[in-house]
Amino acid sequence: MRVALFLTCVNDTLYPDTGRAVVRLLSRLGVEVDFPSGQTCCGQAHYNTGYRHQAEPLARHFAEVFGGYEAIVTPSGSCGAMVRELYPRLGERASAEGRGDTLARTLSPVVPRTYELTEFLVDVLGVTDVGAYYPHKVTYHPTCHGLRGLGLGDRPRRLLAAVRGLELAELPGAEECCGFGGTFALKNAEVSAAMGADKVRNAESTGAEVLCAADNSCLMHIGGMMSRLRTELRPVHIAEILASTEEEPAA
Amino acid sequence: MSGTFVGMPAFPEAAHRAVRDPVLRANLRHATHTIRAKRATAVGELSDWVELREAGRRIKDHTLRHLDRYLLRLEESVTAAGGTVHWAADAAEANRIVTRLVKETGESEVVKVKSMATQEIGLNEALEAEGIRAYETDLAELIVQLGRDRPSHILVPAIHRNRGEIRDVFVREMGAWGRPAPAGLTDTPAELAEAARLHLREKFLRAKVGVSGANFMVAETGTLVVVESEGNGRMCLTLPETLISVVGIEKVVPTWRDLEVFLQTLPRSSTAERMNPYTSMWTGTTDGDGPRTFHLVLLDNGRTDTLADRVGRQALACIRCSACLNVCPVYERAGGHAYGSVYPGPIGAILSPQLRGTADEIDASLPFASSLCGACYEVCPVAIDIPEVLVHLRERVVEGGPAVRQGNRVVLKPARGHAAERAAMRAARWAFARPGTLRTGQRLAARTRRLHPRTLPGPGRAWSGTRDLPAVPAEPFRDWWQRTRGGKDGAE
Ligand code: SF4
Repeated sequence: MRVALFLTCVNDTLYPDTGRAVVRLLSRLGVEVDFPSGQTCCGQAHYNTGYRHQAEPLARHFAEVFGGYEAIVTPSGSCGAMVRELYPRLGERASAEGRGDTLARTLSPVVPRTYELTEFLVDVLGVTDVGAYYPHKVTYHPTCHGLRGLGLGDRPRRLLAAVRGLELAELPGAEECCGFGGTFALKNAEVSAAMGADKVRNAESTGAEVLCAADNSCLMHIGGMMSRLRTELRPVHIAEILASTEEEPAA
Repeated sequence: MSGTFVGMPAFPEAAHRAVRDPVLRANLRHATHTIRAKRATAVGELSDWVELREAGRRIKDHTLRHLDRYLLRLEESVTAAGGTVHWAADAAEANRIVTRLVKETGESEVVKVKSMATQEIGLNEALEAEGIRAYETDLAELIVQLGRDRPSHILVPAIHRNRGEIRDVFVREMGAWGRPAPAGLTDTPAELAEAARLHLREKFLRAKVGVSGANFMVAETGTLVVVESEGNGRMCLTLPETLISVVGIEKVVPTWRDLEVFLQTLPRSSTAERMNPYTSMWTGTTDGDGPRTFHLVLLDNGRTDTLADRVGRQALACIRCSACLNVCPVYERAGGHAYGSVYPGPIGAILSPQLRGTADEIDASLPFASSLCGACYEVCPVAIDIPEVLVHLRERVVEGGPAVRQGNRVVLKPARGHAAERAAMRAARWAFARPGTLRTGQRLAARTRRLHPRTLPGPGRAWSGTRDLPAVPAEPFRDWWQRTRGGKDGAE
């Protein structure tokens, strides 16, 4: 099987390790990975901040770059939710505003073919044990767009539970937002930080070494809080845990 | 809306106080987390919750689409049952009507059933200006009124207060409004409730005029419905000679059958009760039973304008259960006052900027008072997609666009203060449309990575005041891919 990796602009620029982990993990599972280099940004930040018209060309660009692939895999719950949940809405709104159905037609092929990483592993490849080894105590934060947007359910937890050496600690208040919310973190910095601090405190209470999530945007905010609060906890993307093996262990 | 909130600072600034007040934070956290857990249990008991939620959404959607028809039907039924219907286009008109009706009775005081609509129009203040005293009889509203405070929650307006604070308010203020608090009052809930009961009893037995809102109005029979937990409402609805109900036009439902759905979803969502203890229903007037005169003031106050908006109109489906407040992480930290409106929390963030417009700074800031986490949508018993409306209203604030104000189609200009952001978004969009530009930027960032601070000056300070920035990696992913796998990827 051959898939296109949609890494997302944030991961590409700031978290290349996550991208390398996805490539290693999928290759190990016999999947051939392409990185279409024309890819940039799904337009989520534009859309969510109220710049719907600016998000449209980015969505169209995404559809052009990825249109030819059978499956598109992304290690980001929120960018995955943008494509799957909000691209159809972009199309509908354009039609409702009398701008024809061309946007909807352009976007429709990529919508059902886009999978968040854990969804792809469990639903498409049908695996929960990916052969990973990660001897650490981990707590899992289900990010809002993964949890309520995409409905990832217990897929990430099942994948983590099958990792050898990994001790999974339940996170109190797991389903509460960490306070990132894209530009919310800037526009309402104080409230955002208060939410982030509570998330870090809840994670600390589990005694875990690692807080894991399937979205680096949330981890950037949570990690920034951890660094400022000087905790022992580290933020780690789930792809890096799943890619980790005895031969090639992740940090 | 109520004059009480004029001059509010914008949301982020208004939230400042609550975020830094540990007592307030603790009060809110305790109250919302308790009710949140209870609600989940009460909802979990129903095997058909999903269907009920969908049915509620459909009934509301259908009614809103044919609102004109159902309102006329309601007017007919209420009139036929001996009531009088008044139409109020805005707060000022509604206040004028109620003030006139009270004056016509020759009375100078009224007892009130807890009502969001009368708070929305600032009725108590308007009556006060005309020499009429309005007594709130809901326990939490009483606390707010006695404390010269503002409500901070739809259902529990005094949620920001703890028991000790309530005791102090009772001891200090009750005497000035009527029967003083009993000597030696402690802060146990039973004693506080008894003090309120004694204080209020006097008012119930004396008042000749009652003022209420309504949770629902049934078009087919002209019946109004109030659901409550304490029974104070029932006293106000049955004892006075004249009853004046001020109700938003969106509260109409077509038939009694429709109530069945909401009488299941509302109490479970709001107080986590299987059924609310008191459901009062009244249809016009009845000889020898209840008020002899009944007036219904139908309030528009921005609702028709909201109805004209295809995405935004779903906010009018709200049954004011307050579940979205109790689950909202932003409400929990910012507190209800920060929203600068009688409607706080997620529903307030989408309702107020539609009812009042986005011209004011506070209204323009409300659509951004959310991390779009979606918890509000998940709990809403009528499935209002609050995040969708938030984003839609953000668009109105940052880019302007078509809207209806006071019945007229207008094109709104973007709110002030977004020009820099708009320019940045355009620039980012421009770069993202060109992978080459993006790559150049990434390489530049990687090459200068040692110069990047973990904290930022200027607009980035908001971030780095409380969080560190991630370190920029030595090589963006696309360069690594090119270096190690170059050539394998045909899409360049
Ligand atoms: S928006 Fe929904 S959850 Fe919030 S108060 Fe209204 S009905 Fe309840």
